[in-house]
Amino acid sequence: MAPAAPKSGDAIFASVDRVNAELFTLTYGAIVRQLLTDLEEVEEVNKQLDQMGYNIGVRLVDEFLAKSNVSRCVEFRETAEVIAKVGFKMFLGVTASVTNWDTEGTTCSLILEDNPLVDFVELPDTCQGLYYCNILSGVVRGALEMVSMKTEVTWLRDMLKGDDVFELQVKLLKQIPEEYPYKDDE
Amino acid sequence: MIGVGKIKQYTNVLDRPLSKGKQEVSLSAFAFLFSELVQYNQTQVDNIAELERRLEDAGYAVGARVLELLCHREKGNRRETRLLGILSFIHSTVWKVLFGKVADSLEKGTEHEDEYMISEKELLLNRFISIPKDMGAFNCGAFVAGIVKGVLDNAGFPAVVTAHFVPVDGQQRPRTTILIKFAEEVLQREARLG
Repeated sequence: MAPAAPKSGDAIFASVDRVNAELFTLTYGAIVRQLLTDLEEVEEVNKQLDQMGYNIGVRLVDEFLAKSNVSRCVEFRETAEVIAKVGFKMFLGVTASVTNWDTEGTTCSLILEDNPLVDFVELPDTCQGLYYCNILSGVVRGALEMVSMKTEVTWLRDMLKGDDVFELQVKLLKQIPEEYPYKDDE
Repeated sequence: MIGVGKIKQYTNVLDRPLSKGKQEVSLSAFAFLFSELVQYNQTQVDNIAELERRLEDAGYAVGARVLELLCHREKGNRRETRLLGILSFIHSTVWKVLFGKVADSLEKGTEHEDEYMISEKELLLNRFISIPKDMGAFNCGAFVAGIVKGVLDNAGFPAVVTAHFVPVDGQQRPRTTILIKFAEEVLQREARLG
């Protein structure tokens, strides 16, 4: 059977069940608030958000691959485009754009102009070191690790800190060949 | 004080125009996020009652904000003063905005004057959640109970709100009931208002 053609982000988003973005935004706000109360240190909260994002990412990538029917990406450029156009659209309902490629093609920036996580949010002065959307960096890192790419994801620009867009830098560290946990001849 | 001593390029968040609330995210994104919330809280507590309380607290904050947002956007800043008014606001408007449909039913408790129940065949939250046997009667609907509590408390109707599973004949999964028990003062005020 021929594999189905890859669907566009809009088509998939229209076909999945959706919920009001405000519920999502407010729930995320409640999570960040709980973390801040429990952990108190902004750095700790950043790490915890990244870890939570990582956990989500490793499971999210399965759903992503199942629903989107994308073919295997030949190079990292394609991967980044697919994440920005299909991945973000499918889950968050917004598209990102990919820019700032370095010469080797291993580092790029995902630009988000619209981010449902930060509606109604303002960072108080006491939390200026907080990467409010750090869960997104964890999600991208976790998802890519499950498809054998070890990456480093950092925030370059943050709208909550006064910039005009959200900029996430994704750096490919290395490709990990798939390892089988058993020997073939046993 | 926020904004003092720093030049902020963006306007105060309260000055920005309010969105229409039509934006959506995928259900799975929300389900993943909620599961992380529950998992994180599981690591922070020792027993189920604590876990329910923490989920309720998280929901409380959501409820408080939802009330403000909806009062401003949907009701033109008019405030509910009657019990039935606020209950039907929650049952229809709040439920519709948050979960995309009105709640399945709103009932008055038969045993006590101060009890009301909002029931839902399958809470959106619980769709992808299965409770292990050793957690007994734990219901992630505690988050929704928290939302309802947040709305009621901030609207001036203090209440104790809990979520329960009620098995239903002919249905594999039990339906969820949010039990609302109003405080004395609410009933007295309601009686005074006639």
